[in-house]
Amino acid sequence: MRILVCVKRVPMTGGRIVLTEDEQAIETKHLGFAISPHEECGVEEAVRLVEQHGGESVVLTLGPADAEEQLRDAMAIGVDRGLHLVTNGEEWDPEATAGAIVEAITADEAASGPFDLIFFGNESADSGGFQVGLRTAYALGRPCATGLKSVTVDGGAARCEQEVGGGRDVYELPLPAVVTVLEGLNLPRYPSVPGRMRAGRKPLDATTPTRPASRLERARLVVPEGDSKQAEVLGRGPDAAAAVVDLLRQIGVAS
Amino acid sequence: MNLVLVEHADGVATDVSLQALALAEGLGGDLHALLIGQGGAQAAQGVPAAVAHVAEHDALDVFAPDAWAAIVCGLAERIGATAIVAPGSERATDAMARAAVRLGEPLAANCTAVTPGDPIALTRVRWGGSLLEEARLHAGRALLTVAPHAVAPVGPGSPGSIETFTPELAEADLVVRVRDRVAPPEGGVSLADAKVVVSGGRGVGSAEGFAAIEELASLLGGAVGCSRAVTMSGWRPHTDQVGQTGNKIAPEIYIACGVSGATQHIAGCKGAKRILAVNTDPEAPIMSVADYAVVGDLHEVLPAISAELRARGR
Repeated sequence: MRILVCVKRVPMTGGRIVLTEDEQAIETKHLGFAISPHEECGVEEAVRLVEQHGGESVVLTLGPADAEEQLRDAMAIGVDRGLHLVTNGEEWDPEATAGAIVEAITADEAASGPFDLIFFGNESADSGGFQVGLRTAYALGRPCATGLKSVTVDGGAARCEQEVGGGRDVYELPLPAVVTVLEGLNLPRYPSVPGRMRAGRKPLDATTPTRPASRLERARLVVPEGDSKQAEVLGRGPDAAAAVVDLLRQIGVAS
Repeated sequence: MNLVLVEHADGVATDVSLQALALAEGLGGDLHALLIGQGGAQAAQGVPAAVAHVAEHDALDVFAPDAWAAIVCGLAERIGATAIVAPGSERATDAMARAAVRLGEPLAANCTAVTPGDPIALTRVRWGGSLLEEARLHAGRALLTVAPHAVAPVGPGSPGSIETFTPELAEADLVVRVRDRVAPPEGGVSLADAKVVVSGGRGVGSAEGFAAIEELASLLGGAVGCSRAVTMSGWRPHTDQVGQTGNKIAPEIYIACGVSGATQHIAGCKGAKRILAVNTDPEAPIMSVADYAVVGDLHEVLPAISAELRARGR
């Protein structure tokens, strides 16, 4: 089977978010970058499905030139090749992102045949639009289930499980289909050193799409207030135990 | 006039739906509500809106997101809604994204404030709430979801009228639907409902190190949580993870042990009434979101707390 997984490069924000002076972006000078967490599980699942069923896996990203790092990361754990929609670093809104992805998918499918399954993260860690996967699915005319914690392929269908109120709802999608997944779908493997070496030699096609104007136009970013307080220190080391238990009794969670 | 998608359970509108109604009030004009499926007619009685529309159809006994989107779009066009608002729950968000594609409109997810106008000015959350975005929405028909627990809900009330209708649903809109349900595992206190959550981060050091956390959680009748670093190390299952990409919790007290306090983690525990941090590092980021702190090694502090609880319980 042929599987596509779409990923986004996001900064690892650590303990505190600092904005650039123009309030248009996160200051990333001192930050590392990673594949957005839900999508990391999408990559792992794509690799597992191809290990199990045979075929080819492809990873796609829309992002700046540096996002090649995330494509190579995905190829290091076993994805076969990459598609890079290169931007100048400006943010693309969900409609524009899906539009460019659909165009890239259509071109790849014309050359190599249809993807049986296309993985997205349910939402990106940074902008959290919750819609690129669905927009892509609609444009391709394929069924889509979202927020999945389990995807298994059996014959021409994918059995998909979504966590709802502790239990799970089960969907069955006829293939080809689009799925959006959540972290917890699997435990992604770490890339091996040989994996990293191989990733550097795997094929990567780059194209440069044109960014349309955004209908959800960002004015500025704001770090919410009220987050910062100073904790009242109840004590140091094991000697603090009595003060902790006093607190637990006072708020009624210990007898 | 604006339309609000109201979710309901056990014959009552959900809290997040009442919050969506409150945000929609801020757009001005009459509010119409839409309730879909079994129990909708009963829940509609408690919804303060000019008109509560109830969509009933045999196929709506189970969730079918494309059918929901078709119903939302059909009703919005029929009544001429200028904005469509929904709670930012999983299902409503999914249906709204599908509705946005069908209508050829943008969707602004997880809004916390709106100012009417053309364009609509809005604030929405990024990074699971660690960052806010102020934006302008240029749309023929504005589609918004409302960030859960960011807006006070509307007070109780009843609709001016209730109108029940049977939507026309195409076969294609029922391909994606819930086919089966797996029951939740039995026993234990769920993270979502726990009054006390005792949680461990990278500082716990190993899977075995969680014994001290489990012991304290058990003594307090609470649940065990963990940070993403712990899950990625394979020490605990992802179902225990608290954070932006894990569980969002709201206990009476959250006891975070050896957790540094990355924004991704705080996004999951900021709903806690109180946070107690146990950490060797008094400068860790968790200290600036915690209400209380114990500076020390969790492997010494937690057994001492458990021993103290046992001593006083006798």
